[in-house]
Amino acid sequence: MDISRRDTLALGAGAVALTVLPLHASAAGVDEMINTFTGGAAVADGGVDLDAPEIAENGNTVPISVSAEGASAILVMAAGNPTPDVAEFKFGPLAGSSSASTRIRLAGTQDVIAIAKLADGSFGKAQKTVKVTIGGCGG
Amino acid sequence: MADGVKPRVKAPKKADAGEVVTIKCLISHKMESGQRKDKDGNVIPRSIINRFTCDFGDQNVVDVTLAPAISTNPYFEFEAKIPESGDLKFTWYDDDGSVYEDSKTVKVG
Amino acid sequence: MNFKAMSLISAVALALPTFGAADPVDDQLVINEDIEIVTKTTAAPHLEGHLDEVMSGWLFRSDSTRDMERDDFDNPGMIFAEQGAEIWNTADGTEGKSCADCHGAPEDMAGVRAVYPKWNEAAGEVRTLQMQINDCRENRMGAKAWGYDKGGSMPMEALLASVSRGLPVNVEIDGPAKETWEKGKEIYYTRYGQLELSCANCHEENYGNMIRADHLSQGQINGFPTYRLKNTKLNGSHSRFKGCIRDTRAETFNPGSPEFVALELYVASRGNGLSVEGPSVRN
Repeated sequence: MDISRRDTLALGAGAVALTVLPLHASAAGVDEMINTFTGGAAVADGGVDLDAPEIAENGNTVPISVSAEGASAILVMAAGNPTPDVAEFKFGPLAGSSSASTRIRLAGTQDVIAIAKLADGSFGKAQKTVKVTIGGCGG
Repeated sequence: MADGVKPRVKAPKKADAGEVVTIKCLISHKMESGQRKDKDGNVIPRSIINRFTCDFGDQNVVDVTLAPAISTNPYFEFEAKIPESGDLKFTWYDDDGSVYEDSKTVKVG
Repeated sequence: MNFKAMSLISAVALALPTFGAADPVDDQLVINEDIEIVTKTTAAPHLEGHLDEVMSGWLFRSDSTRDMERDDFDNPGMIFAEQGAEIWNTADGTEGKSCADCHGAPEDMAGVRAVYPKWNEAAGEVRTLQMQINDCRENRMGAKAWGYDKGGSMPMEALLASVSRGLPVNVEIDGPAKETWEKGKEIYYTRYGQLELSCANCHEENYGNMIRADHLSQGQINGFPTYRLKNTKLNGSHSRFKGCIRDTRAETFNPGSPEFVALELYVASRGNGLSVEGPSVRN
């Protein structure tokens, strides 16, 4: 089998396309959402806890929890979904803690991101990759 | 109003003054994402619960904005501080303009 | 190795399910801190030479999926059981009767789910719970029968399963039911479809292994109807059978068909001794 230079390039391009994982379909959308949420302020790593499974059995129902001591709001995003917005929690004067759990949809393996507006007005960030498996049987 | 929508809330009936209690809420709702297509290839329009709030008296506990990435039958678990005897009020807002409500009385002492 | 041979190998690798180890977990299921569920027990005598121990599909699921079943509030399947309770108390049909008018509270039906499918002497046939419910609807209530695994069937079956949770599955396989049971057994061990797979190939010989990215369970039906995270609704055992047979690339039987009635009796009998667990949560 003769492989021309053109074929080699084509193969190479295919390989590159295959290695772009996990999904980053809406990375630009994520930056825009963070900017809107923070008003352009800097975001530091930490200050917020994000709990999500390392491997989700089904992308349709993925349990997650967020928590940030004293935070007035937490924004949750999924970077690889068709649109990155998931939920925004605002905690009122009678919130027992700045924490919440819910169940979310993930279109595939991707990063889940939480940004918290902390008590001192600064912003903290947590990020976690969730692998979404493909089921064995359609059923 | 969408079919079969029914809120469910789990909250304690009693608490000590100032106690922090755990609350679970679930509403049966299909949360149609607006991303799916029907058999003929037409996009099924988005139809979701877009906001959920919990208040105690006239003070807010939590106010959540929901996107289509929240799963079918939206579920939330969070904590509330109970200052005195009163009612926890829960409200879900549907894309179609419907508002679903539930409330739970918590007795202090 | 030439190109043709390589293509052939990859084609075979793609066409055949690949198996890898994925053992069931060691865990206890107690629902609402009250109902103890037997998820693992000694196999019924008729399974001698096939299985020593039978296990609920619950043991093959991930931590977060298993946790959803420990509390009714966290179990989305219970939404449908609640809908079933509303249907139970609502009069329907020309006779103006509800289920409650004859049967009392749903809790009075505890134990019923556990013994179905069951021989019906008057009708001279083995009936599934859904067939019996439809008999009530048509002949006692003057109401329209529900479609199999459709309409009110799933909420009603979920309600009746929920009040039997914790009780052992105990379907009768001898006497007049034996012929139907034998037919179900034959279907269980028959290879179907282009992939030539029987129920036993996956669920008896390969449970605990992976099929692609999913764990293979023993295919027990003690947890039906089951809320699947995949389609976020209740699924009936016949619909599940249909999905399995379709995945072997075969023309499948339909929910409610005599073949699936027989298969339900046989598969239920493989779980004799496990607790009724429906509505369960699976992926």
